[in-house]
Amino acid sequence: MSNSTLNLDEIRQQFPILNQEVNGKPLIYLDSAASAQKPLAVLEAIEHYYRNDNSNVHRGAHTLGDRATKNFEAARDTVQKFINAKSRQEIIWTKGTTEAINIIASGLSSSLEKGDEIIVSRMEHHANIVPWQMAAEKCGAIIRVLDINEQGELNVDQLDSLLNERSKVLAVTHVSNVLGTINPVKTLIQKAQKNGLITVIDGAQAVPHFQVDVQDLDCDFYVFSSHKLFGPTGLGVLYGKTAQLESLPPYQGGGEMIERVSFDHTTYNVLPYKFEAGTPAISEAVSFAAAIDYFTGLDRAAVEVHEQALLVSAHEQAKNIPGLRIIGTAKQKVPVMSFEIEGLHSSDIGTLLDQQGIGIRTGHHCAMPLMDYLGVSGTARASFAFYNTLEEVDQLFTSLAKIQRMFA
Amino acid sequence: MSEIDLATFKASPFGTEICQTDILEAFEFLDDWEERYSYIIDLGKSLPAFPESEKIEQNFIHGCQSQVWLIHKMDEADKKLYLLIESDAIIVKGLAAVVLATFNAKTPDEIKTLDVEALFEKMDLIRHISPTRGNGLRSMIERVKLIAQNN
Repeated sequence: MSNSTLNLDEIRQQFPILNQEVNGKPLIYLDSAASAQKPLAVLEAIEHYYRNDNSNVHRGAHTLGDRATKNFEAARDTVQKFINAKSRQEIIWTKGTTEAINIIASGLSSSLEKGDEIIVSRMEHHANIVPWQMAAEKCGAIIRVLDINEQGELNVDQLDSLLNERSKVLAVTHVSNVLGTINPVKTLIQKAQKNGLITVIDGAQAVPHFQVDVQDLDCDFYVFSSHKLFGPTGLGVLYGKTAQLESLPPYQGGGEMIERVSFDHTTYNVLPYKFEAGTPAISEAVSFAAAIDYFTGLDRAAVEVHEQALLVSAHEQAKNIPGLRIIGTAKQKVPVMSFEIEGLHSSDIGTLLDQQGIGIRTGHHCAMPLMDYLGVSGTARASFAFYNTLEEVDQLFTSLAKIQRMFA
Repeated sequence: MSEIDLATFKASPFGTEICQTDILEAFEFLDDWEERYSYIIDLGKSLPAFPESEKIEQNFIHGCQSQVWLIHKMDEADKKLYLLIESDAIIVKGLAAVVLATFNAKTPDEIKTLDVEALFEKMDLIRHISPTRGNGLRSMIERVKLIAQNN
């Protein structure tokens, strides 16, 4: 067992989905970077909401509407506290990380000019590339790429040579979904700010692993998803500094986001509602708050210690598999291990691990430019969460050795 | 239709020497997942070589997790369709062998009536051709059916 103070038996009891067999073997879920599992607190919050409080928010002149609104807005406060935003109006609900980036990119495209430059990194998820390409196409801006080194770390110094008077936006991921690299975003933000850039940080892979303080980072925007943070799918968070959100145009029109509508003129609602057209994901927001409460109620230091123990064990045992190459060996990593094994296709590895009850992700991980750079068509990726055990890591390598024998 | 000569296509044992029933009979003797997948891997390894020159976009079948290429040729003499399939993943190649054992060296009319899904069902491999799998296998089968329709 790890030397952390986490009681894993107790924790795993909170995640009923983990207690099942897949293909006749106990499930070992190593795909939390794609979507994390949900604790009982979340399942209960969803059920409680629909059994007791379901109603539309900000509208009803009745008790259920008041309760739904109160819980929905309390969830916003929970998120505000979770990332230490200055004000609750800086927390915008979205469908997910992808939509949050689209809102920002689409909004900024109206103020960017032809020849302006948007800097993204080589290791971005497609969700932090394509919306910028679409924005660039609209306004004639240019995409510049911040490169990485062989370990899968960002080339921070290169940013200095990329920055010029046309640089307007820096959009980088806090943590790589493929490599696990934790990027020094605070340094990048400081460099970018000195040059007057707007900074956008994709935090989808960061918030499930370590504490994030948006005021300390001082980024303009920070985005993440509920479902990777042990909450329900279909919900994400767009954090933006008030001034940035004020100047960003609305993304969608409809109910809720307006103050007054006539056929001559419509005035928009105040923050955060300006960006929340239509009935929002209410049960999702309420149960997401339950996920955050559960997660922050854990000993976060112990969680990090345990997750690093899982990662160290995986990296160590990887040495025993001949021909296994770990892709992403940055000094600062979350518990994500991408790898390839000589002579084996990642899809074959995924299929045969599944036969042994182990769920990993294979393929390009929505990061094709990174795959091209690495010279691979795809990788196998085992991603861990605090509810995984060291025994599960052991089993992963026992199973990989077995697969290798099958191909011998 | 491929420019590759017919002899290369006809060298494939699938659909002639190795048919659905052969694979099913072999499969019945396999006890656990390890034996079954080892057999699939062996099938994959036994797939006839695919011409490098034909690994081009027009022969490419999109799958998220593995790449698949498929070419075909009609023999005007016997009116049968001949197929060659390639993948970078061995298990996908093995499953392609099952597809070829079913469809290769058959007339378009025969292909239209043949059912490969029932075979995958019997082999407990049906999950591999479910629409949620991004391995291109389902698209591979659809491509074969489409070729049969157009010939």
